[in-house]
Amino acid sequence: MTKTTVRDWLKKPIVGILLAIAIGFAVGAIVLLIAGYNPGEAYGALFRGVFSKPKYFAQVTIKSTPIILTGISFVVAFKSGLFNIGSEGQYITGALVAAIVGSQINLPPVIHFIVVILAAMVAAGLVGALVGFLKSRFHVHEVISCVMINWIMLYLSNYMITLPWFKKAGTEASVEALESSWSVVANNWKTSEEGLQQLAGSDSPWAEALLKTDLNYGILIAVIVAIGIYLLYKNTVKGYELRAVGINPHAAKLAGISVDKSIVTSMAISAAIAGLAGALTITGVMPHRVTQLSMHEGYGFAGISVALIGGGSPIGSIFSGIFYSMLTYGSASIQSETGAAGEIMDIVIGVIIYLIAISSLIIMLLNRKSAKAGKAAKNG
Amino acid sequence: MDATYAVEMKSISKYFGGFCALDNVDLCVQKGEIHAILGENGAGKTTLMNILYGFYEADSGEVWTNGQKREIKTPKDAISLGIGMVHQHFMLVETYTVLQNIILGDEHIKGPGVIDYKKAKAEIKKLAEDYHFNIDLDAKIQDITVGMQQRVEIIKALYRGADILILDEPTSVLTPQEIEELIDIMHNMVQNVKTIIIITHKLAEIMKSADTCTVIRRGKNIDKVAVANTCEKDLAELMVGRAVEFTVEKQECRRGSALLQIDGLVVEDDRKIKKVDGLSLELFEGEILGIAGVDGNGQKELFEAVTSLRKAKSGSIRIDGQDIQNTSPRKTFEAGISVIPEDRQKSGLVLDFTIAENMVLEKVQNAPFSKHGILDWKVIRQNADKLTKEYDVRPDGSAGMRAGALSGGNQQKAIIAREISNDGRVLVAVQPTRGLDVGAIEFVHNAILSERDKGKGVLLISLELDEVLKLSDRVAVIYNGRIVNIIDAKDADEKRIGLLMAGGEGA
Amino acid sequence: MDNIGIVFSITLMYATPLIFAALGGIISERSGVTNIGIEGMMTIGAFAGAAVGYFTANPWIGFACAAAAGGALSALHAIACVKFHANQIISGVALNLIGLGVSLFLSRLLFDGVTQTLPVPNKLPKLVENGPGGLNLDSTVLVVLIFIIGVWFFLYKSRGGLRLIAVGEHPAAADTLGVNVFRVRFLAVIVSGLFAGMGGAARTLAVVSSFSPIVISGHGYIALAAVIFGRWNPVGASLACLLFGFAQSLVVVLGGGDIAIPSQILAMLPYILTIVVLVLLRGKTNAPKASGIPYIKGQR
Repeated sequence: MTKTTVRDWLKKPIVGILLAIAIGFAVGAIVLLIAGYNPGEAYGALFRGVFSKPKYFAQVTIKSTPIILTGISFVVAFKSGLFNIGSEGQYITGALVAAIVGSQINLPPVIHFIVVILAAMVAAGLVGALVGFLKSRFHVHEVISCVMINWIMLYLSNYMITLPWFKKAGTEASVEALESSWSVVANNWKTSEEGLQQLAGSDSPWAEALLKTDLNYGILIAVIVAIGIYLLYKNTVKGYELRAVGINPHAAKLAGISVDKSIVTSMAISAAIAGLAGALTITGVMPHRVTQLSMHEGYGFAGISVALIGGGSPIGSIFSGIFYSMLTYGSASIQSETGAAGEIMDIVIGVIIYLIAISSLIIMLLNRKSAKAGKAAKNG
Repeated sequence: MDATYAVEMKSISKYFGGFCALDNVDLCVQKGEIHAILGENGAGKTTLMNILYGFYEADSGEVWTNGQKREIKTPKDAISLGIGMVHQHFMLVETYTVLQNIILGDEHIKGPGVIDYKKAKAEIKKLAEDYHFNIDLDAKIQDITVGMQQRVEIIKALYRGADILILDEPTSVLTPQEIEELIDIMHNMVQNVKTIIIITHKLAEIMKSADTCTVIRRGKNIDKVAVANTCEKDLAELMVGRAVEFTVEKQECRRGSALLQIDGLVVEDDRKIKKVDGLSLELFEGEILGIAGVDGNGQKELFEAVTSLRKAKSGSIRIDGQDIQNTSPRKTFEAGISVIPEDRQKSGLVLDFTIAENMVLEKVQNAPFSKHGILDWKVIRQNADKLTKEYDVRPDGSAGMRAGALSGGNQQKAIIAREISNDGRVLVAVQPTRGLDVGAIEFVHNAILSERDKGKGVLLISLELDEVLKLSDRVAVIYNGRIVNIIDAKDADEKRIGLLMAGGEGA
Repeated sequence: MDNIGIVFSITLMYATPLIFAALGGIISERSGVTNIGIEGMMTIGAFAGAAVGYFTANPWIGFACAAAAGGALSALHAIACVKFHANQIISGVALNLIGLGVSLFLSRLLFDGVTQTLPVPNKLPKLVENGPGGLNLDSTVLVVLIFIIGVWFFLYKSRGGLRLIAVGEHPAAADTLGVNVFRVRFLAVIVSGLFAGMGGAARTLAVVSSFSPIVISGHGYIALAAVIFGRWNPVGASLACLLFGFAQSLVVVLGGGDIAIPSQILAMLPYILTIVVLVLLRGKTNAPKASGIPYIKGQR
């Protein structure tokens, strides 16, 4: 009975996800073929666009930081049965507060950085807590309040940028955060005279990765957050309660766990992490400021994809975030090398998510088959 | 049309996954009879009838009606063959009117797709008069009583021209008097050349109403008997497969001092209707106080107020003089109330948690299960290993399994193990044996009795009058949100309690 | 107030595409299937409308193709949710990606590598052009009005509506009466895609004249909010869409002037108002009981 069959192996979530990824690429290849492109060339370009230079991979890592965090943000809410579609607005909140605290307050390096990200997390966390409060107290569905708040924060950010103390004259953007709040790797050294000389003299690709990108400490923080959240759920009473509320609020409530409080807590943690993503973009990436937005930048929705491809786990989100970032960053190479639209990657990711959504069916089919086999064995 | 059988089901088998729900079951129902299908919870009665009604497809076997072989693949096929079914959980759209529910799926239309309500109304009015159903067609389902809802279900079938009517556990929601009325309706229908199949596990009702009885046990045919030639005891043995004790061994009640005191309690439901309206009772140490009543008379709200799941409007709830009203579930737990909830899957367990995790649901925040907010998995696991062994929660090693992977009986055992290990002073048990087979029911009953004998106070809220009468030391009858009378178990008989449950006999 | 005509025009211009999408949302949700893929269906409709409108020079053919494109995408949602019991929100997220991806991919393929289509030679005709007080009305206003009445009549007066709502409230009850739950839901989801597709084209063929990545940016989500705001009722949801449109028109009319209220703050108002109204309703929104829950025979 305990013998592992191919079927049992296929039922493992990670296998299902890898299968979904494979099929996603296959569908992408078919679309490319129909459109008259060579999928081999296109995927080759994607691969080279990510791995052929350290600089490229550095860019992938930099771009993965915010979506790993919005992915974890989604995971946290999801574990408590909430659908945080609002990381977009919480991200904007974090970025806005980071830009304000980063530009308006003068503090020594490191300390300034810490104050900036804490302020951003608190502000975004409060926005999330509000969503949780509206849900628990007034039964306002979180998807609706999140969509509304996404737009409110976008307009609020745009409005703040128009204020004289915050607007950079002659631009559609805010003033920059001060260098003391930055989290760029070796920032002082690479902008110093000798650093510049040394780097310019070197033709090492690694030097290029350092000099020509915004390589920053954000990814490390994202990994730390992932591990922290993993431990929270695995080993703490709070995590236990948040999970119980997510799976069965009725039983949790009767057992004395406050469902309302858990909803607020979970949304606050989730939103704070999305806010952190926004703050790290300000401290880590040029131009260290917020700009006028006509639409959402998509970090929140990318986070949903990251969380789902990551199997709903914070650690998994690290890998899926980097994977997602590879596809979107590498898609530019597809476009420049083969002429095929880079948006093919959106289709590939969409298909992957779609397959993950219907994966319950695959498991169901496998179960049905094994049931039939069991029955046949019984009758025979 | 000389076929004598309305329904013949031959060698029906049905599997759910790897589980065999029905194994070569036969059923022959004569025209114009009331045919009972008797079996324990989970024996496969409802599955068999769902196959006849086209809700499920059998994996093998044949279905014949009125002497012809039929292919019934959907309820639509069954309806067109004159088969109607009243499900145990009513299939009614709450926000629709009675009329809309009756015509749904079989609407008269005028013009392209436009419903002709007038025509339907006239037709149904006549039907209701024929069967002496007094019913308001324009009332919404959510506003009428359960008994009325059942009649709507019956009219639904008659409206579709059913002459074979399946009733699934039709009495579980009715008062003894309403049950009498239903039996009258059934006899009336048989006189109108209808055939009735009634699914039940209640022996007394079979004796009173049915002509023939088919017994099913664990998905297998056991016997078919003429009711006139049998008795309750024989039927029970056929159903369970061994001799059944109708009474439980009960020690003399040693009542102590008052433990739980409820005074003038008023509780409203979500729609602001007073469901508990000035209820008072006292529960003593070492006794089982049973709450008897028809569903919907305030039992749910009483339970929710005692556990602080719902805010009470006024009155007081005290344990040992300590006021616990409108605190929180955790406070009532700490004050010493343990709970066996009505719906073990919805309120009792977190099905995706392991049994070990479930065993500490109320006390995970306390030492030794956690310290400074950090879980101690070793202690949590040891606790579960000990309890599953002690309470025989099967299979072996269930402590590490998902709660959802256990059978209903073992899930209930797990809850009982947890609640008893909480060592509270009051045990509130709501419908503690719902959906269990006889073996598990005996286990639960003995566990509750032994709590009483340890000096705990037990508040038993159950819709099964048999259960209340069997276990209780005193029986409190709830009607319209009040306790209308409290009767010593020795003096309680079904008839008197039934009358009280229906609001008769005053207070 | 010589701006009244303009306010009225902009309100309707902005609200009309939303109402199309909201009607689709109502049909789908009332059958018990949550459809947040509306955004993606609007996007693909916006693209298909603009592209076909460009190549055929006939905006009505474009409009029809937009509906078809939305319907095709929603068929994927129907398969996932109805047949495979997928998580409806996750499937919706996937379709939003696919809808946007396919639109941009095809745009680059057909329009020389850019994500903006060329302007259509003929937009949908106007009902009123440069009327009194600057009044401008698109023909889509009339189309959507007919659809609002049609959907209302369907839901509350017709046999199909009785069955649809029953399926969303208590699918097992409908099933036991011979109503095919899967077929009802499947069709409902497809119809929601048709509506959403028309909503997208109402933007690219009436409001603007070409497709670009920002032409549909969050409109689908706002339409869904309007569905809930309007309590799953076609008239209520349409009024909610008009409110969003009205706020937008105030932004345009007041934004340019010297009035003290900054336009960005004004733009926030409908969103804030939506939350306030939902708070006041305290969740008493009459959501279809089975919404979002896959129907599996034999489970209650």
